[in-house]
Amino acid sequence: MTTITKKFGDFVANDAINLKVHRGEVHALLGENGAGKTTLMNILYGILQPTSGTIRINGRELKVTDPNVAIRHGIGMVHQHFMLVETFTVTENIVLGNEPTRSFGVLDMETAEREVAELSERYGLAVDPKALIQDLSVGSQQRVEILKTLYRGAEILILDEPTAVLTPLEIQELVGIIRNLTEAGKSIIIITHKLGEIKQVADFCTIIRRGLHVDTVDVNTVSEAELAAKMVGREVSFKVEKKKQVPGETILEIQGLCVEGGRGLPAVDGLDLKLRKGEILGIAGVDGNGQSELIEALTGLRKVKSGSIIMRGKNITNLSPGKIIEEHKIAHIPEDRQKRGLVFEFDIAENLILQSYGKPPFSKRFSLLWDNIYQNAERLIEKFDIRPQHPATPARALSGGNQQKMIIAREVSHEPELLIAAQPTRGLDVGAIEYVHRALVAERDRGKAVLLISFELDEVLNVSDRIAVIYEGKIVGILDAEGVDENEVGLLMAGGTA
Amino acid sequence: MISGRLKALFLRGPIGLTVVSIILGFTVGGIVLVVAGFNPFEAYGAILKGTFSKPKYIAYVIIYATPLIMTGLSVAFAMRTGLFNIGAEGQFIVGAMVAAMAGYALHLPIWLHVPLCLLLAMMAAALWGGLAGYIKARFGVHEVISTIMLNWTAFYLSNWSLTLSGFGKPGTGKSFTIQETARIDLFSQWKISKEGIQFIRSHEYLGDVLKAPVNLGIVVAIVLALLVWYILNRTTLGYELRAVGFNPHAAEYGGINVKRSIVTSMSIAGGLAGAAGALQVMGVSHKIAKLAVMEGYGFDGIAVALIGNNSGPGSVLAGFLFGGLKYGGSKIQDAVGAPTEVISIVVGTIILFIAMPKLIQTLLKFKKG
Repeated sequence: MTTITKKFGDFVANDAINLKVHRGEVHALLGENGAGKTTLMNILYGILQPTSGTIRINGRELKVTDPNVAIRHGIGMVHQHFMLVETFTVTENIVLGNEPTRSFGVLDMETAEREVAELSERYGLAVDPKALIQDLSVGSQQRVEILKTLYRGAEILILDEPTAVLTPLEIQELVGIIRNLTEAGKSIIIITHKLGEIKQVADFCTIIRRGLHVDTVDVNTVSEAELAAKMVGREVSFKVEKKKQVPGETILEIQGLCVEGGRGLPAVDGLDLKLRKGEILGIAGVDGNGQSELIEALTGLRKVKSGSIIMRGKNITNLSPGKIIEEHKIAHIPEDRQKRGLVFEFDIAENLILQSYGKPPFSKRFSLLWDNIYQNAERLIEKFDIRPQHPATPARALSGGNQQKMIIAREVSHEPELLIAAQPTRGLDVGAIEYVHRALVAERDRGKAVLLISFELDEVLNVSDRIAVIYEGKIVGILDAEGVDENEVGLLMAGGTA
Repeated sequence: MISGRLKALFLRGPIGLTVVSIILGFTVGGIVLVVAGFNPFEAYGAILKGTFSKPKYIAYVIIYATPLIMTGLSVAFAMRTGLFNIGAEGQFIVGAMVAAMAGYALHLPIWLHVPLCLLLAMMAAALWGGLAGYIKARFGVHEVISTIMLNWTAFYLSNWSLTLSGFGKPGTGKSFTIQETARIDLFSQWKISKEGIQFIRSHEYLGDVLKAPVNLGIVVAIVLALLVWYILNRTTLGYELRAVGFNPHAAEYGGINVKRSIVTSMSIAGGLAGAAGALQVMGVSHKIAKLAVMEGYGFDGIAVALIGNNSGPGSVLAGFLFGGLKYGGSKIQDAVGAPTEVISIVVGTIILFIAMPKLIQTLLKFKKG
């Protein structure tokens, strides 16, 4: 791809970007949220048309007018959000659009299944061709997406943030798959902002910042810190700065908590935990061990089956979310920010009063006081550096990092005694992650309690004062973060005993 | 500055979309007329003439628009909370029935009878709408299903009520007419008095207006539209309902009682449609009759809400447009012989284009560039 430029109105999403990928190479595309990575790949895949610039495949210039052209020329894309039919089998999804038929258009499922099985064996992508998509784990669904592109004859595979939804174990499996594919001569373009992964799998890395091509580097010759600096445009500290602090009295006590998960099975199963003022307690664990259910139970969004949650000496088990926020001073940065944390159609000012719209100074009796609501927004926008700095900007127009800043601003402005931060840096770039971590430490330093739940072990290790490991709905170990052995935590997370 | 903002609202916002859709709707209707062998200019001219050429016609347009504005408000209000109120029809029927009952059975002074009639009708219809909301909140039954069924329940309930002695007038298939004290007609007694007749004859314009059954319904409709706008945009209740409509998960997370909001919203929507039914009885028909088919006020309300961009003021404007088309459209049959159904094609096309904002935006850009 040479000098690709894409403009949306006056906004330049891609400014004369060059990208060269060789056969059998893993090329990482690194950049902050909104830097233009996905735009560039959408141009390659024919979803968007470039304003100027050319694309060459095997030396031949090509106009990629739509995805069908891209597919015909061996380009395959695995989107961050999978595009699968849940109620179809693996094979049905893979052949969708290219179904093998017998005479009179009758589907030939046996042939299809055989082909799929063959493909999955050749590249080490283990999936059962007859399984239904809805029964598969996220990692397996991703393998189906990869198989789909291979079935259509892809030679160049674009993976858009492939690890964002995977567990550590699944990430390792994906790395293996990528190796198999490149050995078979396929080229991979991987969009990511996780530096560790780039070092692990990529050969080359192209860095984009604000639509501009910053550099293309040989991954073996640079450090993670150098990559980060190129991406953000300044030095980034990975270490979370924090002073030593002596935690105070117990503020939250969870006893024998049992919560059912989505399928009626126990997700949280007899969990005990204590949290003190002025500490960050990190919960480490692999996704699906009851973390989501625990948070929802604590915040009143899910019914507790048995056990109790005591906040500042009062039983808050099964109270409504409104009561828990209002009377018991628990704030919550939700795990799924777009589903729970904000209303897309509301502007920043409206989103900032999601819990406090019914209280002064934002309303008087039944009427909203818009002047105060907008003043509040201006103050928080300034204080938390939310961009764009206009209170009437709809939330949908904010980048992921700024959406998260808005949520943090709102939650912290309630003056909570306990802040629950679930996956607070998911999908954020390095700069925004640094910001979020600082905000959490600031709350702790003000003597508040912080409960951090994250699937990123590094994050838990770096930010927490104490670490509780969750496995199959129970806390299986509590460790001091000071001088903790990463392997010990890893072992506990996997269900071993320390 | 202001013109710039208006321009932005027009080009990117809902107003441009609506205006272009309306123009396109008339264009498509015109093409249909040409294909059918009529002169579209003559036909549309007949509509315009039939709508505006006499003061009486304008009065009729207002009378036609009144119930549509309110059923439009009903659908629009529910839509803002993410609910599709197909049940405005049934709520209208319930409101009309209760107003007819209270209007006939009670004997009160006019200043009490009129508001009480309206209030009782709105409350009954609010319960009717709220029931659908409750079924959704409690059992998860989709409101489209439950309101369609409640429409038919209301339909037969209304017809059955006419068999009750003391309400249905035996042998007529109609109810007894409501008391004078429950009516909102303007000058109805005076109009048939000697002086009234004299006045109508001697005053060209006002007299002509008075030939139509003018009533206070439109005033109530506009007050309710302002109230809807105020509730949605200026109150905590409106904030809650809009949050639930846009993203129920986030609303729940923020401590808003989503289930209660659904019931509240459907109740208010029901009350609005019920007011339409009540005003129709109190101002125009003065009784209810056995229904052979659904009258369609509630269903037309869906179209009005869509054209009015689900807002209070929008519903008023769209209600007038729709009322004008309905009344004016009824005249093209006599004037040029074209079928009145062309109006349905125009309205249908307008909604079709409103549902395709992408297409309209492309057209607007094309025109600009």
